[in-house]
Amino acid sequence: MPDLLLELFSEEIPARMQARAGEDLSRLIEEGLTKAGIYHAGSKAFSTPRRLTLTVSDVAKQTYSIETEAKGPRVGAPEAALQGFLRNQGAEESELEIREDSKGQYYHLSKTEPSVPSIGLIAEVVEATIRNFPWPKSMRWGAGSLRWVRPLHSILCILTDEEGAEVVPFAVDGIEAGNTTEGHRFMSSGRFAVTSFDDYEAKLKAAKVVLDPAERADHIWEDAKNLAFAQGLEVVEDRGLLAEVAGLVEWPVVLMGDIAEDFIGLPPEVLQTSMKEHQKFFSVRDPKSGKIVKFITVANRETADNGKTILAGNQKVLFARLSDAKFFWENDLRTVEREGLEGMAAPLANVTFHNKLGTQAERIARIEALAREIAPLVGAKPDLAAEAARVAKADLASEMVYEFPELQGTMGRYYAAHAGHDDGVPEACAEHYSPLGPSDDVPSAPVSVAVALADKIDALTGFWAIDEKPTGSKDPFALRRAALGVIRLVLNNKLRLHMDRLFDSQILRIKLGGDGVKGKLLATLATHGFHTEMETQIAAAGAEGQHWKDAAFSSGVGEISDDLVAFFHDRLKVYLRDEGISHDVIDAVLAMPNRDDIALVVMRAEALTAFLKTDDGTNLLQGYKRANNILAAEEKKDGVAYEGTPDVKFAEEDAEKDLFTALDSAEPAISAALKAEDFAAAMQAMAALRAPIDQFFETVQVNADNQIVRRNRLCLLNRIREVMQKVAIFSAIEG
Amino acid sequence: MATLNDGFTMGNNAPRSFQEILLRLQTYWSGKGCAILQPYDMEVGAGTFHPATTLRSLGTQPWAAAYVQPSRRPTDGRYGENPNRLQHYYQYQVIIKPSPPDLQELYLGSLRAIGIDMELHDIRFVEDDWESPTLGAWGLGWEVWCDGMEVSQFTYFQQVGGHDCHPVSGELTYGLERLAMYVLGVDHVMDMPFNDPQTPIPLTYGDIFRQTEQEYSRWNFDVADTDTLLKHFEDAEAECQRILDAPAEDPKTGKRIIMAHPAYDQAIKASHVFNLLDARGVISVTERQAYIGRVRALTKMCADAFIQTPAGGA
Repeated sequence: MPDLLLELFSEEIPARMQARAGEDLSRLIEEGLTKAGIYHAGSKAFSTPRRLTLTVSDVAKQTYSIETEAKGPRVGAPEAALQGFLRNQGAEESELEIREDSKGQYYHLSKTEPSVPSIGLIAEVVEATIRNFPWPKSMRWGAGSLRWVRPLHSILCILTDEEGAEVVPFAVDGIEAGNTTEGHRFMSSGRFAVTSFDDYEAKLKAAKVVLDPAERADHIWEDAKNLAFAQGLEVVEDRGLLAEVAGLVEWPVVLMGDIAEDFIGLPPEVLQTSMKEHQKFFSVRDPKSGKIVKFITVANRETADNGKTILAGNQKVLFARLSDAKFFWENDLRTVEREGLEGMAAPLANVTFHNKLGTQAERIARIEALAREIAPLVGAKPDLAAEAARVAKADLASEMVYEFPELQGTMGRYYAAHAGHDDGVPEACAEHYSPLGPSDDVPSAPVSVAVALADKIDALTGFWAIDEKPTGSKDPFALRRAALGVIRLVLNNKLRLHMDRLFDSQILRIKLGGDGVKGKLLATLATHGFHTEMETQIAAAGAEGQHWKDAAFSSGVGEISDDLVAFFHDRLKVYLRDEGISHDVIDAVLAMPNRDDIALVVMRAEALTAFLKTDDGTNLLQGYKRANNILAAEEKKDGVAYEGTPDVKFAEEDAEKDLFTALDSAEPAISAALKAEDFAAAMQAMAALRAPIDQFFETVQVNADNQIVRRNRLCLLNRIREVMQKVAIFSAIEG
Repeated sequence: MATLNDGFTMGNNAPRSFQEILLRLQTYWSGKGCAILQPYDMEVGAGTFHPATTLRSLGTQPWAAAYVQPSRRPTDGRYGENPNRLQHYYQYQVIIKPSPPDLQELYLGSLRAIGIDMELHDIRFVEDDWESPTLGAWGLGWEVWCDGMEVSQFTYFQQVGGHDCHPVSGELTYGLERLAMYVLGVDHVMDMPFNDPQTPIPLTYGDIFRQTEQEYSRWNFDVADTDTLLKHFEDAEAECQRILDAPAEDPKTGKRIIMAHPAYDQAIKASHVFNLLDARGVISVTERQAYIGRVRALTKMCADAFIQTPAGGA
């Protein structure tokens, strides 16, 4: 069977779109062929800056004959419905037959598409694919109406087998498919005809085009490594950049150049970012010093001077770029020396964070207050945490971060160290945005943790307070990511936090302010929650305290905070699903006290998950459910709740008495284990109930004739439920 | 034996001055059929603002023009000290509607014409989508790199003044100083020969512009009276509106005369005043968006008016 070769030759396709376009082309053509009834084997797509190419192997010359069935309107339906159906199907009324099913009589159309030559249909599939191609951004050009990523110039479309090649005949907006293409823009000239994929690939290579992007990337990477290695250096790996650069050239020529001595002192991140963002250069590092000392650039052609002119030009551009970077770096350092990081941060008072949440400076002040409250809970010194929070975002006002936003935090670390901050403050500047993604490192230094938590909790409480919560697929302020960050910070560092107290405190700070007495009240709230200590403090604050309390109670803080805790529980379920803990287990433990303590919830859930995997666990769960079901049924029937204390003196059977004994010994053991937060021990204590409960259900008839005995047994079942519910609400567990 | 073509081979082909590069571009695009226009006589931020581009890219009438446009970006002023940043500089602009199928080749030809040897240099078309919020315009294209340096912007206009472009115009913008510095091998713009260095009175770019860069930098950043500028902005905005509110039929001549161009002059004025206010640092982040929106509203009205005129294809 012949192979299909398709090349769409255009002006330069953005590098970032090429890979996806290849996948789309492959998928759309294959789907189109299948739908048209054309058998084919696999396809493979390729791309260069100027062409998108697809080869499909073993494309059938004839279509399969396809039988289709369509159900039409009901017999007796309005004439318009029938005519519409015929129009849609392109059928005549005489072709219809009437069939009957359970709902009545319907018109049916059975059509057999006979086997026909494929070539015309292939043309249609390709044309439709071109016309409807899903480019992320497309354009028109000249006076035409066709849309493509950039002007489309030629189409090569041939079916090839041993006997030769045949052009698939079609035209799109005046561009006629043919069997020719062209090579490299500068290193070849003229169009040439091709007869097969192999011929195409070979002729392209002769015309200085490497068709396969993977081959270009490999070539670039190997040459880059070798050039660096020859001088005892190493290339800084960057897969994303490699793919992009491979998409910018048809004939890669790798060149290595020098970074002027003046710039070697810049932070390596600055060199790397500047070279990558502006010039798409790879960085070359000296493994001995760790410094970036050279760069790799990839040209699109060979030259008579072996790239000398090209390299000189690139070096010149780099010089100008790095002069800028150095200028920013030195200005920033001067600002820091003169005014400290606080001085650098001063302009943030004029930068709006969100129109309902004030300026960046106001947000920083709130984060500082919260970081101070969190500090003792995570083992950090409050003053250090506050200091770090105060300066952590100063670099947002630096010239360097203005130029390279991705260096936020990284520059903060350098500037903080330069300003003389110490004791984990510079690290906190760099780390307080972390963790960003699910695989991002989680900070563990106490000061970093305090600021990282305060940063995220302020964002969450802030947007919750103004009712800008994520909905569906919309999460413009990345609040899901922030919540996940908090969860990972808490769990990785084994932190025990009352989230709702922190939420209450921060929401009230946002809504009512946090100056003077209010600040003290909020600090107490963050540590103690709305309990006795709070009342004492409020009373001590006199009229102002009472006024604040009234405002706090009418602010809706409780509901907002509860809603945010619930959001955290949802995020926790998503997070723990990947850890093998199912959502129903979490629901089962969420009814337990202190559900806002994420680490506690997880400890309970882990212990319960492990327990449910044991034989005792599964059986005990069944025992619980059985007890629960019987109770529910009987309580419903009798219209009473069997919540009284069962008495062993009414126990008649041994199994019944044994269960009393087992419960009496398990209950204090479970309570003690829970108090000690030894959930494994609690599970173990509970496991001791399995045999007596099984035995009970096997030998004892709950609904005894004697009403006293029956009532006592039902109360005993309730006691099973109560004892086990000290650990979790087992009824929430599925299965 | 010297023929005209001999001048255009390697070595002999190198231009010797800024103005020679400019003249070669004029000659080249003239040879390709463009009307060589003169700069627009108003302060603009880029060649795109010239009505020959903004307005003429609208409507169905074919169009081909090329021109130098002195451009002003007050915030880029560096008192003449930065090697390649200026508050006043030149752009070379080519606009052809509909965009010809060989526009890339025509463009490469222009680089050859100013002495860039394609056999030695690495020319690349790197994705860069263009958008002008004040013009309500966007297009797709590239920045053109020569050995890693951006030497031009290449754009297929898709929308201008909120209107879809049908047909599409192809726009080329050359940053003349940067391009010339590269071709001439000069590191600081002020050192660049403006006329032929061999002439009796050789002048560098600095001889002509260093002092003005200083004067304007000072005025732009520190002296321009912001109250006056704010007033100018309001006045231009009001006048633009007033011009377009006038009935299409001129009572004096009895002719239908829609004054799209005079109105557009006011939009240009507002845009430049906004740039000055920005340089004076009196526009906050939130206000910035509002000002841009007001300028866009003006250009949009002018575009709406232009397509009602004969040049706009009405």
